[in-house]
Amino acid sequence: MTPDQAQHAIEEALAQVAPDVDIADLTPDTDLRDGLGLDSLDFLRFVEILSERSGKQIAEDDYPHLATPASAAKFLAGR
Amino acid sequence: MPALGADMDEGTVLEWLVKPGDEVHKGDIIAVIDTAKSAIDVESFFTGTVERLVTDVGQTVPVGTVLATITESRAQPAAPPAEPKGPERPTAPQPPGPPAGLEVPERPRPATLRKREKKIVAAEQAPPAVTISPLIRKRAHELGVDLAKLRGSGRGGAVTRADVERAAAERQREVALKPPSPAVSRIRVTPLARRVAAELGVDLAGVTGTGPGGAVSEADVRRAAALVPEAAPAPEAAQRPAAAAAARSGVERALSMRQAIGRLMARSKREIPHYYVSNTVDMTRSLDWLHERNRELEVSERLVPAALLLKAAALAARKIPDLNGYWLDDQFSPADAVHLGLVISLRGGGLLTPAIHDAADLRLAELMSRMRDLVIRARAGRLRGSELTDATITVTNLGDQGVESVFGVIYPPQVALAGFGKVTERPVAVGGLIGVRPVVVTTLAADHRASDAMTGARYLTEISDLLQRPEEL
Repeated sequence: MTPDQAQHAIEEALAQVAPDVDIADLTPDTDLRDGLGLDSLDFLRFVEILSERSGKQIAEDDYPHLATPASAAKFLAGR
Repeated sequence: MPALGADMDEGTVLEWLVKPGDEVHKGDIIAVIDTAKSAIDVESFFTGTVERLVTDVGQTVPVGTVLATITESRAQPAAPPAEPKGPERPTAPQPPGPPAGLEVPERPRPATLRKREKKIVAAEQAPPAVTISPLIRKRAHELGVDLAKLRGSGRGGAVTRADVERAAAERQREVALKPPSPAVSRIRVTPLARRVAAELGVDLAGVTGTGPGGAVSEADVRRAAALVPEAAPAPEAAQRPAAAAAARSGVERALSMRQAIGRLMARSKREIPHYYVSNTVDMTRSLDWLHERNRELEVSERLVPAALLLKAAALAARKIPDLNGYWLDDQFSPADAVHLGLVISLRGGGLLTPAIHDAADLRLAELMSRMRDLVIRARAGRLRGSELTDATITVTNLGDQGVESVFGVIYPPQVALAGFGKVTERPVAVGGLIGVRPVVVTTLAADHRASDAMTGARYLTEISDLLQRPEEL
């Protein structure tokens, strides 16, 4: 995944999981769980969508990499 | 208008999914009702034929008003005159009923049926009355099996679980074998298709089903709608009343939601003498087990810690029955199953508390998927009436919001509410040594009329014990 594709995938996943969030308000360093109020089920779905889009296995140990849009994009783009 | 929760006084018909002449089965979704809190799919309490729709789309009527009349089918005389299930109603959730079994009297049957059945009965020497346990009755209810037509194979002609399930399977086979002739048999329509048909104003009787067994799918409905764009200028027209009724704006919704929660919670605090207990539970074993298990699984099959907490809460409720049930008519009436109410906060504000039916009997994976399903449907306004009225004890899990503990307000007429905070790492003394371990604070708010703090303490201890043996959950 290119960084652009990763960014796009993250935005789409968020739009599905938290439809009330305005993507424009999102900064690269917004904490997805605390900042957007995603609960553990929302977050699981977020991971699920990203995994599907990127074709990348995302283990539980990788969850910390998905804390913010910036870190998630970096992780999906293969660091 | 059924009471879809103790906090509901009136409802608005948003949509009828049936029309006069339609055959309905108990449990089929027949209407969408808007309450102060959400749009809810309402199921039929009867099996029979829709006679008349009494309340129009867009009308708001008080709980107890007749919405439609359904003539119960002759062939199935035993569908009991089920009252809408609502904790507020005197007949509602499992009355303190007979403890062991129930005598089911023979019911009148149409003459032709009776004659044929008499022969079979004679041949099989069935006893005149059968004993049916509450559990079996419940299972039959879930599967839509008519108990009066069942012959038990158990001891003394008792109806067993296997009998009920066999009957359900047979019925399904019969339905599947029936040719799709809309005029005579009931048209099989997927719930989604029904909803879309109602939205587009498509008459289901004129739609040819291409799904399994001739069932009408959503695609069939859309195709049918596309076929008659000119002839029927109706889509918008048909949609208008529903749309108008549905047009409860975001602001109105937020206000009515707050008012409904406010009324119920004020009543709870006014009437229920709450007592509270709390405990700190070591989550090391549970989390290690969970982590190990999730390592091998696809994202979609992974469990979250909340699934373990809910399962423990349900199992403990079964073990401590004094906390699982309702306070009705000045006495406690225990429930015969654990339907775990789950507090779900809506992203726009407010909350709903649908139930996970028989939560104590579900495997963790199943519990997890029910939980995910409920959250999605709660937020989409797609809950079923029975899910909002059946909870026997409620759980609130605020762990994801970062707080350490939550002391809840009981949902009347339930008598207990368990709370879970965030799983956090804390210094803990174990065997005389201090170590850092993940812990969670569990709490219980319970009705002092129904139980004492000793009972509450046992409940939380049980949860703690269960969480030390996650592999048994």
